[in-house]
Amino acid sequence: MPEIAIRSEKLTRNFGTVQAVKSLTLEVPAGIVFGFLGPNGAGKTTTIRLLLGLLEPTSGRAHVMGLDTKTQANEIRERTGALLEPAGLYERLSAEDNLDFFGRIWRLSAGGRQARIKELLTHLDLWERRKEIAGTWSRGMKQKLAVARALLHRPSLVFLDEPTAGLDPMAAAALREDLAALAAREGVTVFLTTHNLIEAERLCGQVAVIRQGELMAVGHPNELRAKSGGPQAAIAGYGFNEEMLALLRAQPEVAAASLHHGRLLIDLKGEQEIAPLVSLVVGAGGAVEEVSKSKASLEDVFLTLMQEGK
Amino acid sequence: MTDVWTVIWKEWKEILFQRGSLRTGTIGLLITLGVFGIFLPLQMGRAWVESPMVLFYWLWVPLFLVSSMVADSFAGERERHTLEALLATRLSDRAILFGKIGAALGYGWGVTLASLLLGLATVNLVYGRGELLLYPANVGWGILGLSLLGAGLVADAGVLISLRASSVRQAQQTLSLAIMLLLFVPVFGAQALPTAWRKRLAEALMAADVTQFVLIAVTVMIVLNAGLLATAISRFKRARLID
Repeated sequence: MPEIAIRSEKLTRNFGTVQAVKSLTLEVPAGIVFGFLGPNGAGKTTTIRLLLGLLEPTSGRAHVMGLDTKTQANEIRERTGALLEPAGLYERLSAEDNLDFFGRIWRLSAGGRQARIKELLTHLDLWERRKEIAGTWSRGMKQKLAVARALLHRPSLVFLDEPTAGLDPMAAAALREDLAALAAREGVTVFLTTHNLIEAERLCGQVAVIRQGELMAVGHPNELRAKSGGPQAAIAGYGFNEEMLALLRAQPEVAAASLHHGRLLIDLKGEQEIAPLVSLVVGAGGAVEEVSKSKASLEDVFLTLMQEGK
Repeated sequence: MTDVWTVIWKEWKEILFQRGSLRTGTIGLLITLGVFGIFLPLQMGRAWVESPMVLFYWLWVPLFLVSSMVADSFAGERERHTLEALLATRLSDRAILFGKIGAALGYGWGVTLASLLLGLATVNLVYGRGELLLYPANVGWGILGLSLLGAGLVADAGVLISLRASSVRQAQQTLSLAIMLLLFVPVFGAQALPTAWRKRLAEALMAADVTQFVLIAVTVMIVLNAGLLATAISRFKRARLID
């Protein structure tokens, strides 16, 4: 598999007057879990459909595993797995028959199908219930079954469109763990769309943020956090004054300092230690009761990007 | 061919396991066999094998059977949100299309043949009196050919309708309307003719050679089948099937 699993250049898709995907230029390295983040209607699902060759782009182009989505869509679908939203299970068939059908589609031998189905369902704790009709299962179990279906033929690239959407927190956490374990074990590239930022932070080696079809940012979650500003320290106490603020602002590691509701708020330029600054405040006559230091979360980054877009 | 068979396997499995139970699907099948293989042959007696009019009857049976299944082919997948997952697989457009047509055709024609054999057995058991009752050769071949082509015609037309229908119900309504027009327009059209014309038509039909009639009907249906199949192939576009 090439080092770049997905490469798109100015990929655009219009539906009438609506631009669902706007000039998307993106590179997804092979072998990682790549998070594609965005609010509802941002163009995440349309992007997956374009990458799978299910939709034709209005302009621009994309290559998946080195294959052109316009001219080699069949080859792309041959080598990838997909869990789309909704999962699209055959609810009148048993869980085992669902997987058996897709195993046949990917031309796994009868023995190979059975072994693989057992392996995946055992790993996902569903083996004992394989004969049950899929339509009678809970949403969480169905999602797990759909994940197994996407991985059945050992694809080198898997598209997962909001795999934990609609699940309760327990089921979502369990599925996340299963996904991480499976991705690591199978060594696949995972293109994961979600608007669950905790999920993205825990699972993804790289994330891209899309808003109204437009790419807003891309990088490792830590890089994105760093871009949105360094950590912030808050010092609660009394005796704080303007002189103290001037003293803090003069320090090279401090980006900004302000007094807010009796608390000193200090924006740091990087991963600096806070103890010298606390000493400075105490030395200048301030009384310190509580010190806290926080980093911008991916959620903060995401919300900032959404605000910037507006 | 393997891919076409894979789609057929899934379609048949879904039909047999309607509402998740093998029994429910099988009961539907048994009712069909009971009506067309036992009840009606008992009612009609020896005429079931001796009258050339049974040709029309066996042309109608697969239409009814196929139409009940084929409307669901794409509209059902769309309605149950399984279509996109199917389209995202390695299956080619033709494998999906021929699989859907093949499943409906195989089901309709298969059940028709089973009913035909069961009907023959019923008539022989009850009315045979030691003599083997069989269809005349031209009628027998006519039944086989026309029922196959009739099933194919409805399967092709049904898939075409189902490709564009927004729901199974809409597809069923459109297909039923088309079949009704096909069956009733000639009947009511003939009744609207002047009496003298009708008399001449009836005389011509009575005097018609069965073999000649079968050959003409088979030729016309082959042409219609080919036309519908070509249209279905040209209209099956993955991108158009996704909302």
